[in-house]
Amino acid sequence: MKLARDTWLIFQRQIQLLLRNPVWVFVGVFQPVMYLLLFAPLLKPALRASSQAEAYKIFVPGLLVLLAIFGGLFQGFGLIAELRAGVIERSRVTPVSRLALLLGRSLRDVVSLVVQAIIITLLALLFDLRVFIGYLLLAYLMLALIALMTSAVSYGVALKVKSEDALAPLMNTVAQPVLLLSGILLPLTFAPGWLQGVAKWNPFSWAVEGTRALFAGDLSNDRVWQGLTIIAVLAVAGVVWAARQFARSVR
Amino acid sequence: MIETRGLRKSFRSRAGRETKTVDAVRGVNLEVAEGEIFGFLGPNGAGKTTTLRMLATLIEPDGGEATIAGADLRKDPAEVRRRIGYVAQGGSTWDESTAREELVLQARLYGISKAEAHQRAVRALEAFQLSEYADRKCKTYSGGQRRRVEIALGIIHEPKIVFLDEPTTGLDPQSRAHMWDEIRRLRAEGMTVFITTHYLDEADALCDRIAIMDHGEVVAEGTPAELKREISGEVVLVGLDATATPRAAELLDTEAYVHKLETADEGGLRLYVDEGATAIPQILRRLDGAGLDLGSIELHRPSLDDVFLTKTGRSLRES
Ligand SMILES: Nc1ncnc2c1ncn2[C@@H]1O[C@H](COP(=O)(O)OP(=O)(O)O)[C@@H](O)[C@H]1O
Ligand SMILES: [Mg+2]
Repeated sequence: MKLARDTWLIFQRQIQLLLRNPVWVFVGVFQPVMYLLLFAPLLKPALRASSQAEAYKIFVPGLLVLLAIFGGLFQGFGLIAELRAGVIERSRVTPVSRLALLLGRSLRDVVSLVVQAIIITLLALLFDLRVFIGYLLLAYLMLALIALMTSAVSYGVALKVKSEDALAPLMNTVAQPVLLLSGILLPLTFAPGWLQGVAKWNPFSWAVEGTRALFAGDLSNDRVWQGLTIIAVLAVAGVVWAARQFARSVR
Repeated sequence: MIETRGLRKSFRSRAGRETKTVDAVRGVNLEVAEGEIFGFLGPNGAGKTTTLRMLATLIEPDGGEATIAGADLRKDPAEVRRRIGYVAQGGSTWDESTAREELVLQARLYGISKAEAHQRAVRALEAFQLSEYADRKCKTYSGGQRRRVEIALGIIHEPKIVFLDEPTTGLDPQSRAHMWDEIRRLRAEGMTVFITTHYLDEADALCDRIAIMDHGEVVAEGTPAELKREISGEVVLVGLDATATPRAAELLDTEAYVHKLETADEGGLRLYVDEGATAIPQILRRLDGAGLDLGSIELHRPSLDDVFLTKTGRSLRES
């Protein structure tokens, strides 16, 4: 009860600040939209897809997962600014739940990610992408879990390193291989065997395959529940770990 | 209200390959009474902030015990949090939020209902003379205004004790004077106020009792007046012309209240006494009775800096 109330308080505050400066949601969506408009048209011939819509069914899910990963991972920067302003310390002297300090912020990130995902989906509809709404909602759930995990991890790391200078290279170093090994831009079916083998250890590649299956309308594909389960477990682990960082001393 | 026994904290910091251990606080024993303004006076790096952060449950002590407003710091930090307010040295407001939003949020984080939080915010804004700017973003405030918002945030839940870490550092003289008034008002409302400062005049004028801190240790504790009296008593400078000086010295040397008597280089006498206020009339009577002409009389009271110097061998102004 207290957790829900405290989370809501933090979430409300964060959303209020976000709405005061909503430009960030659109800045975040700008890059994927560029990919959608300028990169995706190359895919039909490259993937030998039967139609443009086919190509989008493969590309858009990857793009959305990418957005969820990166959008989440870079939230730590905002937290470092709050840390520096003393806002975190001010919260920590109150009896507010430490988990709520994390969840309130991560939920804002999830909401803004979902908004961005909707914008991109709507745009893709213009290019003849068609997805069954129920499956789309499941795909959004997957994205939400990814964003929850990556933003929590980003917050936890931010609280540990406490400086942008350390956070930026760290996040880039982690994000690049994760990105390349997840088959986000092109499906890993094109990859040589060894690469596919390595990618199996990347949870995001399962998430990408699951999301693609959902966009393809293939609910019976095992990757759907496997991807959801893997990401959900990791999200819980990430949240627990990051909440511990909020409870520990931070300056 | 606050009692600490042997509070300790060390930090390990890494410089290149070496790890260095800094004993930031080494065994602090304090007693702070209800309703007083208690001051922690010490130079930068003395360990004031570290002590405060331990008492405010932000960092865990390496050793020692503390009871704060009846709650045990180690066993029940959650209860301590409910009973105290804490205002950090470096600020705590967000540029893009308004004072009202910050106050309402802070109250709600303490579990206060929405309606009540709004009422408290209004009252706090009025009390700290912030109503005019209440709905402007914090980044538009002056240093003094912002500091007042921060203090209002620290006491929005009406704690029994409030810790203020260097509340006036960086403020101009006028804002400082204003801040002193605010702090005295908190005391008048029954709050116990624990401030840190590295300003001698602030410790002297504002605090009921102070503890002088240096290198992680409390080197002296008491009311400012006690501390000053303790080191050397007071000095009365008696201005006389050169011919009268030897005779006056003879007369006053035998007086019981004069601990020590020196002839000043520039003529006149320097008398070390316990309390100038009572010694001066007696000196006047004695000299007058002997028919000696008195040029001037001056009372020199030792400052807290003299106290600091005696206790640490350094002047606080220089450290
Ligand atoms: N988080 C920290 N990590 C390492 N050293 C610290 C930390 N906080 C304080 N110190 C060190 O502890 C000592 C006391 O600092 P502090 O309590 O801030 O002093 P003051 O508030 O009296 O200026 C200083 O030497 C400072 O460098
Ligand atoms: Mg300090």
